[in-house]
Amino acid sequence: MSDTSQDQGIPAPEGAAHLIDTEYEIGQDNIDGEVGPFGFDIHNPVFLISGLSIVAFVFYTLALPEQSGALFTWLFGAVTKGFDWFFLGAANIFVLFCLMLIVTPLGSVRLGGDEATPDYSYIGWFAMLFAAGMGIGLMFYGVSEPMSHFSSSIGGIAQENGVRTDWAPLGGAAGDEQAAARLGMAATIFHWGLHPWAIYAVVALALALFSYNKGLPLTIRSAFYPILGERVWGWPGHVIDTLAVFATLFGLATSLGFGATQAASGLTYLYGSDVAEEGTRAFLGMPFSNTVESGTENSSTLLVLLISAITAIALVSVVRGLDGGVKVLSEINMGLAFLLLAFVLIVGPTLAIITGFFDYLWAYVVNLPALSNPATQTIAGEGGRGDVNFIQGWTSFYWAWWISWSPFVGMFIARVSRGRTVREFVVCVLLIPSLVCVLWMSVFGGAAIQQVVMDGYTAAQDAALPLQLFEMLAALPLAQITSLVGIVLVIVFFVTSSDSGSLVIDTITAGGKVDAPVPQRVFWCIFEGAVAIVLLMSASGLKSLQSMVISTGLPFTIVLLLMCWAIYRGLRSERKA
Amino acid sequence: MYSRIMVPVDLAHKDSLSKAVDTASALAALWGAELVLVGVAANTPGSIAHTPEEFRAKLKAYADEQGAAHGINAQGKAVISHDPATDLDPSLLKTADEMGADLIVMATHLPNLSDYIWPSNGGTVAGRAKASVMLVRP
Repeated sequence: MSDTSQDQGIPAPEGAAHLIDTEYEIGQDNIDGEVGPFGFDIHNPVFLISGLSIVAFVFYTLALPEQSGALFTWLFGAVTKGFDWFFLGAANIFVLFCLMLIVTPLGSVRLGGDEATPDYSYIGWFAMLFAAGMGIGLMFYGVSEPMSHFSSSIGGIAQENGVRTDWAPLGGAAGDEQAAARLGMAATIFHWGLHPWAIYAVVALALALFSYNKGLPLTIRSAFYPILGERVWGWPGHVIDTLAVFATLFGLATSLGFGATQAASGLTYLYGSDVAEEGTRAFLGMPFSNTVESGTENSSTLLVLLISAITAIALVSVVRGLDGGVKVLSEINMGLAFLLLAFVLIVGPTLAIITGFFDYLWAYVVNLPALSNPATQTIAGEGGRGDVNFIQGWTSFYWAWWISWSPFVGMFIARVSRGRTVREFVVCVLLIPSLVCVLWMSVFGGAAIQQVVMDGYTAAQDAALPLQLFEMLAALPLAQITSLVGIVLVIVFFVTSSDSGSLVIDTITAGGKVDAPVPQRVFWCIFEGAVAIVLLMSASGLKSLQSMVISTGLPFTIVLLLMCWAIYRGLRSERKA
Repeated sequence: MYSRIMVPVDLAHKDSLSKAVDTASALAALWGAELVLVGVAANTPGSIAHTPEEFRAKLKAYADEQGAAHGINAQGKAVISHDPATDLDPSLLKTADEMGADLIVMATHLPNLSDYIWPSNGGTVAGRAKASVMLVRP
């Protein structure tokens, strides 16, 4: 590759010229050996600290459910309410930073050196980053979030002692269905569009730049080399990497919990009567029964079975590796999701959805400045926005959630993005997925809103959150088939998150080595499933998990802000070299 | 009898490789065959090299060293894989086909219990390669 340029007297740009000169050897802190017949190669102390702390957390929530429940409820509120301005402001910075990279000359730097060529085709690359990045949320919230904002907007503003008690975004749109639909979609797109993808892009770019161009190990701490210098290999680095493992594992376990709930609800809805697990037993032909807590609650046995099944498929995928497992599943996933999207688009109110797409996109653009305004004081008219419940309950929660997912998604995106230029990278990670999210939300949310506005069909609006997708599909033809496709998609989306997450945790806990023994990733995959199962068993488990995810989002916001600076420094030095 | 002998090498474990490399070198000298040392690495920085280029350079240096020591024509061939932990066997088999190796000499461990769950790399290559395969026990 570099031979031809040497012949012409130009020094090969791909190579040692840009590398950061450090004494640290990748893997120098690792311990390797064998447990029984299985080999391991783990980072000391990141592997042990993160593994043991997670186990301690699980014991705490199980042993003291009331105390831990109270603590986590407090923590959840404190983070999303106390730091809403910080999350909103930081996310705006990430979007502006990414847009800046597109238009400035820094965008011409190529990840992996000037002569590197992309590892994956556009389709394979896009499928993987999309499946890891949004995954299940699109299934879970695709119908329900536009619906919620639509309903709350149409309800208008309600006040008590000068503080708003309604959940409408911005000023709401009392009584006006068209305006409420527009505002509701704009708010949804706001939560799924530029901001989350900018968060991912920052982390992914930092990791890709410092490992492909600077030769540092593929772990989160490497992005801090320009700031901390050699200290990143010591305790500051251990803390950063351990935080990343927490955020990833808790995020995945929470998602597994939600996904299992939605898949279970869907199965019940399709095959059962009003007794929750009956549907699944009928579907799987399972001979056993277990006590049903209440009529429509999902039984825990069913959830455990589903999580085990998802984990088992993910296991096969991680053992088959990045190309043979993760990529193949991501592509299947994208194909199925596209089919479902096309089906709803064609069979549903096609014209309304298509005009809706542009209409909602425009509504997003118009409302973006107001929605992203970080002046979140509670009283309207005194410099604040007033829509306090919307900001704290939705936006702040989402931002913390995306940020805590960012080490995982960012690292995975970095792993598959070698050979792209920074400009190409930002356009593809920021703009294209945002547009796809707009399309997805316009189709699923738009169809559901049209059902309410045009036909007065309110089943989706009234249904429980995990069921709203299926209720929306029920109003369209072939509901049995599409609902089944929906359930399969929920499961496959989970598998693609679970397997790529295991790869990421394995790499971080192996000190950035991507070729650690396979049993290690098998361990993390099973561990994720086990944490999700154990916490689903306890009453406050899922809530505790969610609080942990949100809480790790706060320190990580600071990490991300520092990363922007590090990326800027790193890209500047690439341009000079 | 043989014109191109392939030896898969893991530069992180040069010591445990020497028996296989010496064996292959002796065979190469006997038949005047070319020795190709094949290394598989990820494109991310690892314990051996920070970039694919550095990996290629290190592999070439190792091959030159072996060639000089045994008086044979030895080459290094780097294969860059997305996920070496799982793609090792298919990468080696594909490389053997592409370069037309007629003998693969490969270091392997003593058979043990874990082979039933994760077959050894040597075992898998021997089971699937078109070329003759010689497995060298430690």
